[in-house]
Amino acid sequence: MGKRDRLSGNEAVAVAMRQINPDVVAAFPITPSTEVPQYFAAFANDGLVDTEFVPVESEHSAMSACIGAEAAGARTMTATSANGLAYMWEMLYIAASSRLPIVLAAVNRALSGPINIHNDHSDTMGARDSGWVQLYGETNQEAYDNFIMAVKIAEHPDVCLPVMDCYDGFITSHSVEVIELLDDQDVKNFVGEYKPKAYLNNPNGKVSMGPLDMPAYYFEHKRQQAEAMKNAKRVILEVSEEFYKLTGRKYGLFEEYKMEDAEVAIVLLNSTAGTAKAVVDELRSKGVKAGLIKIRVFRPFPVDEIVAALKGLKAVAVMDKADGFNGAGGPLFTDITSALYGKADVKVINYIYGLGGRDVRTDDIEVVYDELLKIAETGSVKSVYNYLGIKE
Amino acid sequence: MSKLYERPKSLCDVPMHYCPGCTHGIAHRLIAEVMDELGIEGETVGVAPVGCAVFAYDYFECDMQEAAHGRAPAVATGIKRVIPDRIVFTYQGDGDLAAIGTAETVHAAARGENITVIFINNAIYGMTGGQMAPTSLPGQFTQTSPYGRDVKKQGYPVRISEMLSTLDGPSYIERVSLDSVPNINNAKKAIKKAFQKQIDKKGFSLVEVLSTCPTNWGLSPVESMKWLKDNMIPYYPLGVFKDVD
Ligand SMILES: Cc1ncc(C[n+]2csc(CCOP(=O)(O)OP(=O)(O)O)c2C)c(N)n1
Ligand code: SF4
Repeated sequence: MGKRDRLSGNEAVAVAMRQINPDVVAAFPITPSTEVPQYFAAFANDGLVDTEFVPVESEHSAMSACIGAEAAGARTMTATSANGLAYMWEMLYIAASSRLPIVLAAVNRALSGPINIHNDHSDTMGARDSGWVQLYGETNQEAYDNFIMAVKIAEHPDVCLPVMDCYDGFITSHSVEVIELLDDQDVKNFVGEYKPKAYLNNPNGKVSMGPLDMPAYYFEHKRQQAEAMKNAKRVILEVSEEFYKLTGRKYGLFEEYKMEDAEVAIVLLNSTAGTAKAVVDELRSKGVKAGLIKIRVFRPFPVDEIVAALKGLKAVAVMDKADGFNGAGGPLFTDITSALYGKADVKVINYIYGLGGRDVRTDDIEVVYDELLKIAETGSVKSVYNYLGIKE
Repeated sequence: MSKLYERPKSLCDVPMHYCPGCTHGIAHRLIAEVMDELGIEGETVGVAPVGCAVFAYDYFECDMQEAAHGRAPAVATGIKRVIPDRIVFTYQGDGDLAAIGTAETVHAAARGENITVIFINNAIYGMTGGQMAPTSLPGQFTQTSPYGRDVKKQGYPVRISEMLSTLDGPSYIERVSLDSVPNINNAKKAIKKAFQKQIDKKGFSLVEVLSTCPTNWGLSPVESMKWLKDNMIPYYPLGVFKDVD
């Protein structure tokens, strides 16, 4: 088995990258993801990997180079945050529609403006409809594990889609934790050799990648892309099962924390789950039936499974670390309520929290559970779309 | 008693966040002195970059607009087209101007936009912690070139002033350095001339200011000045590359 080591989230992901030994990494620095390519540059310069490391001049070029490399048949990866991800936007869609299994460490940071370097999820939430699979992780261990699994999910012939490994800037990316690393050889065996079906200069015949696609077939290609995203759900579970056999670490579509007999629950993403679990434990010690759901797979969205998990609860709060600016709620909230529509009658409220790195403490999470308990008791919802910990 | 030295009116009376010995502070002061001397403080708009100078809006007494990384010349274009009788300048590092914002720089220059660009070339991405920039010198140690920039793998530095001087749009392009008192005095003259070109509606002007980043170069401020003189000036020769009336 692998060894234990003290690593920051970024360092852990850079180690995963080294163990995967991709063919190409093209990147441009941006806080808080900078360290990933930076550690990797050191590995490349020390000859620990066989990778072409290309420090390009912008993220638009980073993702473009990833697209070119992947189209030429290379296993390719990169890392970015916030405006870097936004600057990749055009290329994100092209990578997904070209069915190129690029893997990206998306270290969550608030998107400008106003400019801010701290954590929230406005960057990757904006990319949720770009056609990328999105995995979210609470801890350094999850960021590392998801990154390794991402390669196998992305490259699966039924998927062939790019994957983002999303984890919280600074909170996860820079905090140091003891994590369990796989052996280099185990990672190598797990991800296997990359054997794309079609790539440039492929001996099996001529290909054109990313050509003009007019009304005659554009729609069918988008339909295939949507199908691949649906397939991804099954493939993610298969890959996670295989990973479990290798490591003993179990991953599903989401983590259910003390949900068996829960009456009220919070649903959220990433590192705040740690804070919320402490509150759940505290409430449980007082006999309150509180639970938590931490979404791991946000794209594809696990609609049926979420409905099954939330059905029968007296009240649910969805916490979004990004606003939706739709006048109705955050992106996770709208996905959850539309999943529940017509399938389960659950009272769901929304809290927007932690924007631009606003600290979220156990006291804040307690406020949310208190509100849920009131709803559970009275059956009435005062306000659906709320802000947590804001100065008003 | 006569006053020999005072804070320019155009420079805010606040402590700067720059590292000790960083030349961003000198460059700010020169611009502020020029704004005072030309009497344009009340009619100038500055465009701040993303980079260590992201807080430039805290230091100049004029109105400031923050631009996304690399976009300053395009944003300045918009501002200048609306208030053509005001003075619009951008203040940009080499990552901002010569990496992610190269297209904006080239096209603002090619259009002959009547703006002034102050280009701080410190041969590294300072703010993100010292990664290789397109302007990093051959052999230069950075976080992403830990054994020195290998031109075979990582290409060659970009000489922006020379490149832009091949265009017909710019009216004035000069490269200066902040490594010594005579060079600092020259830098101020160049900055003043660049603003004057804009006042005279001559079109795009740019001053490339060779600068230091002691923190990420891993040198003391004094050693940094020497490193600039011994390494940067030979690769980036000082002088006027374009001056048309
Ligand atoms: C789209 C985007 N990509 C990357 C960044 C991260 N970033 C911030 S400053 C910087 C480099 C700044 O270097 P330079 O312009 O040379 O200025 P210096 O800090 O050296 O003064 C980078 C890459 C960003 N803010 N936005
Ligand atoms: S990091 Fe470098 S450029 Fe930035 S303030 Fe410090 S010395 Fe100056």
